[in-house]
Amino acid sequence: MDGVHDLGGKQGFGPVRYAEGRAVFKAPWEPRANALYGLGVRLGIMNMDEYRHAIERMDPRHYLSACYYERSLTGFATLCVEKGVVTREELEKLAGGAFPLALPSAEGRPNAEPRQTFAVGDRVRVKNEFVSGHVRMPGYIRGKCGVVVGITPAYPFPDAAAHNLQSQDEPTYDVAFDSQELWPQAADPATVHVGVFESYLDPAE
Amino acid sequence: MASTDQRAAPVERRVAALEQAFVERNLVRTEDVDAVVHNAEENWVPENGAKVVARAWTDADFKRRLLENGKAAVTELGLAMPPHHKHLVVLENTPTLQNVICCTLCSCTAFTIIGLPPGWYKDFEYRSRLVRQSRTVLREMGLDLPYEIDIKVWDTTTDTRYMVLPVQPEETIGWPEDKLREIVTKDSMIGVSRLEALYR
Repeated sequence: MDGVHDLGGKQGFGPVRYAEGRAVFKAPWEPRANALYGLGVRLGIMNMDEYRHAIERMDPRHYLSACYYERSLTGFATLCVEKGVVTREELEKLAGGAFPLALPSAEGRPNAEPRQTFAVGDRVRVKNEFVSGHVRMPGYIRGKCGVVVGITPAYPFPDAAAHNLQSQDEPTYDVAFDSQELWPQAADPATVHVGVFESYLDPAE
Repeated sequence: MASTDQRAAPVERRVAALEQAFVERNLVRTEDVDAVVHNAEENWVPENGAKVVARAWTDADFKRRLLENGKAAVTELGLAMPPHHKHLVVLENTPTLQNVICCTLCSCTAFTIIGLPPGWYKDFEYRSRLVRQSRTVLREMGLDLPYEIDIKVWDTTTDTRYMVLPVQPEETIGWPEDKLREIVTKDSMIGVSRLEALYR
């Protein structure tokens, strides 16, 4: 989904808050929120793709105003409620107030069929696709061309796994993009490497 | 709906509520949560990555194995990665190359190796700007790279994880491994700083 979480290349943000942002945890509840979601994965309540998507589904106002661990808590609690592990009423009673959750999910999708495999050195184009469910293609590479410089072992296909759909694991390609082609005349020169699932790629003509 | 909603319980109460609901259902015990918190604070620390870097600087064979298959190589030092982190790619900096890691979509990091990501790494500023304004962002963060140094930005969009292997400062060549470990920082393994005297 083209959500507010998809931040790569978005303009208007100021300097990185480097000096004051070195700490990992800022309050005692933060490591507990982090531990709970980790235990949730271990208990098999959800997979990592479902977890990431639940965070992305947060109301954009909430997403942008919450700190990192509040987003983590909200995504995990949403999945616990959706999967019937706990009820929202119970959480709100225990918390003594409202417990904001993420918004409902759109549909996922299976792997692309057929898919083309690529080799190191191949020039590829990211498909010009718009997906309502979960996707791990950052918007800034959509429709853009790059060169395959590496291949990593097969992973679950996030667009399906985040929606609990059966899918085939597929390879991901380390695709090198030229920042000047991603944002012509509007980026610092650099090579930007993105891990791209096979389903997202076409050969570049 | 949003936390801007006045009715929302304070976030620490919401965390406690979720934990309590889990405990009441016997899904977890408070001690289990305590143990994970302890693990995160004590074990997922940059000292792990520093060990990897110091070994790579002093053992050419280890470095070769590390660059070939990072996940297998770090197990030689007793380090582990979660099952879903299937692959660790180690990115070697050189005098003319700066690798730098980010995650534009969330906050993915090789956290068991280089430590949990710092606040700024997860903030919107770093996530939005690094891929597009890498040299400017690094300069603002105190790393002013000359133009002869190329930049490669690595956006962590899959469960492949990255760490940067910094350039060893010349004055430390010949130092014992345990002393070398002490100079390696989390930021240098993310790639927003270099360890050579010129850049400090």
